[in-house]
Amino acid sequence: MINDGKFGKYGGIFVPELLIPALEELERAFLKYKDDKKFNQELDYYLKEFAGRPTVLYYARNLSKKFGCKIYLKREDMLHTGAHKINNTLGQGLLAKYMGKKRIIAETGAGQHGIATAVVGSLLDIPVEVYMGSEDVGRQKLNVFRMELSGARVLPVKTGSRTLKDAINEAFRDWVATEDTTHYLIGSTMGPHPYPTMVKHFQSIIGRETREKILQKKNKLPDAVIACVGGGSNSLGIFSGFIDDEEVELIGVEGGGDGVETDRTGATLCKGTEGILHGSLSFVLQNYDGQISAAHSVSAGLDYPGVGPEHAHLKVTGRAKYDSITNEEALEGFELLSKYEGIIPALESSHAVAYAIKYAKIPENRGKTIVVNLSGRGDKDMFLAAREMGVKV
Amino acid sequence: MSVKPVIERYSQMFQRVKSKNEGAFIPFIVAGDPDFETALEIVKTYVENGADALEIGFAFSDPVADGPTVQEANIRAFKAGITTKKAFEFIKKIRKFTSIPIGILVYYNLIYKMGIDKFYKTAAYNGVNAILAADLPLEEAQDVVNASEKYGIEQIFMVAQSTSNERLEKISRFCSGFLYVVAVMGVTGARKDLELGTVQLIERVKSHSTLPVVVGFGISKSEHVKHVISSESDGVIVASALINIITGNLKDEKVMLDKISAFCRDLKAATQKK
Repeated sequence: MINDGKFGKYGGIFVPELLIPALEELERAFLKYKDDKKFNQELDYYLKEFAGRPTVLYYARNLSKKFGCKIYLKREDMLHTGAHKINNTLGQGLLAKYMGKKRIIAETGAGQHGIATAVVGSLLDIPVEVYMGSEDVGRQKLNVFRMELSGARVLPVKTGSRTLKDAINEAFRDWVATEDTTHYLIGSTMGPHPYPTMVKHFQSIIGRETREKILQKKNKLPDAVIACVGGGSNSLGIFSGFIDDEEVELIGVEGGGDGVETDRTGATLCKGTEGILHGSLSFVLQNYDGQISAAHSVSAGLDYPGVGPEHAHLKVTGRAKYDSITNEEALEGFELLSKYEGIIPALESSHAVAYAIKYAKIPENRGKTIVVNLSGRGDKDMFLAAREMGVKV
Repeated sequence: MSVKPVIERYSQMFQRVKSKNEGAFIPFIVAGDPDFETALEIVKTYVENGADALEIGFAFSDPVADGPTVQEANIRAFKAGITTKKAFEFIKKIRKFTSIPIGILVYYNLIYKMGIDKFYKTAAYNGVNAILAADLPLEEAQDVVNASEKYGIEQIFMVAQSTSNERLEKISRFCSGFLYVVAVMGVTGARKDLELGTVQLIERVKSHSTLPVVVGFGISKSEHVKHVISSESDGVIVASALINIITGNLKDEKVMLDKISAFCRDLKAATQKK
């Protein structure tokens, strides 16, 4: 490999030897094309014409008034397929095409990354196969249908806990045998090098746009940037625009589940310990021996026992702060944003919204300018939210 | 009290089989599969029926290099209560009845969580000769290589069809004991046919390294064993084909052990060179 993929001590390349050549090839291609004029022109075209960039930075007037802060929403929820995921799938999909790969595989939890990969497969005419835990296939039938409608094949995974982490394991197993023709399109800033660096690169457009817009609107940087953290791609995407501005507080919000004090949580950075999962050293939820635990969050996108290694680095260096929001608090955020602003957020993003409100309520934060990354829209969560709220639909 | 037999080193074992014009037969088991006691009986059966060394897997929750057969064995071992501590106890018990080399196959998080130094120290204390971490390429391996030298444990690395000659030479500088040649591009699992190119791969590895070579992944019948041993491999590791016998005979331990002993004798016989 050309680089070691380390963020401080975290990150790296913890994979079976068989995968090293594939990662070497991917790293070479990424380094070559990330600054290639033609590649970037093509990517910009698709981001604009297919995905709908740039997204607006919206001033949430009603919410701001109610809670005494200036709250801005980065509207990634308005992108095609409903979330920030498509920034990365377009980038990696195009890279796969430039690399001459004939097939794309992906993992998905709730289905959002699977859908964003499936549509890019249609767009670029590359067959897509998506690994999805059989538990999730059962829970997310609509998204399975969406993926299949876009021409992807969904492969249910019946091993382990039958959820996202097992879908990732299975995608790696596939890739070990097929790497010469297949690109594995990982959906977050996790996995072995070069994925954490590459996915952040493709998501950093969120941070660039946000920085430019807030400076245009306010002529100053925000006091705080708040985003939810599952694997960590939307948060690193927006954080990347402000990492060097030390006066900007960066806050990552994890899925607290029933609460970090319980066993049912997805708060990896808040509750986990250092460990190796899916190719990199980071924080993981694990037992005494180092066996990986099952995560829990009402939001499928935050329901993962690992987290991207750069977040581990930002945590231990203190550059970013990490906290968690429980299922219950997230649902309150979900309702509040819908009610006051007419914007229905994804349950993942609802965690960031709920935290922003909590933050705004602290007296010393009064009047501060806060940017919340609204990473996705709530359409996919309607049935679940209705059930949690006791509404029959 | 009998004198504890001196543990054989891999180099001595390879010398021993070579002098008999054979290759080494190395059967695999997941520690504690299907349960602690039965697994010990299985290992005894391996030893009594021709095993030249043993490969013991430590169960892991997320074994990305393993196919369904070994995954299922991991789950059975967990259900029967295996932990890292018990897996080391398992090896300690094996050491009571055999002195042949024992290698362990582990995922790196189990080492990292215990602490590299403590893990290697514990392994050495319980009679482990070699450690292979399935998800630890040489880029990340300096610390474990140091620990392996400190505690006199061989550090094993894998090489595959996809490994370049340059990388192969680098790996063999880090590796000791033997090189684990992966016969297929894929995960562990019994296969009907050996992949084409296995013979060329063994030749290529031999021309870039002086270490003994052991072939694993997909070796599931005596024809495969004959094939790779006659291609100058110094040994074979057989895993999934043996686990399939365990999986298929969970209800009758005696039948299971009988089938395992017959299969082991068959595989060992196939290591005899002409």
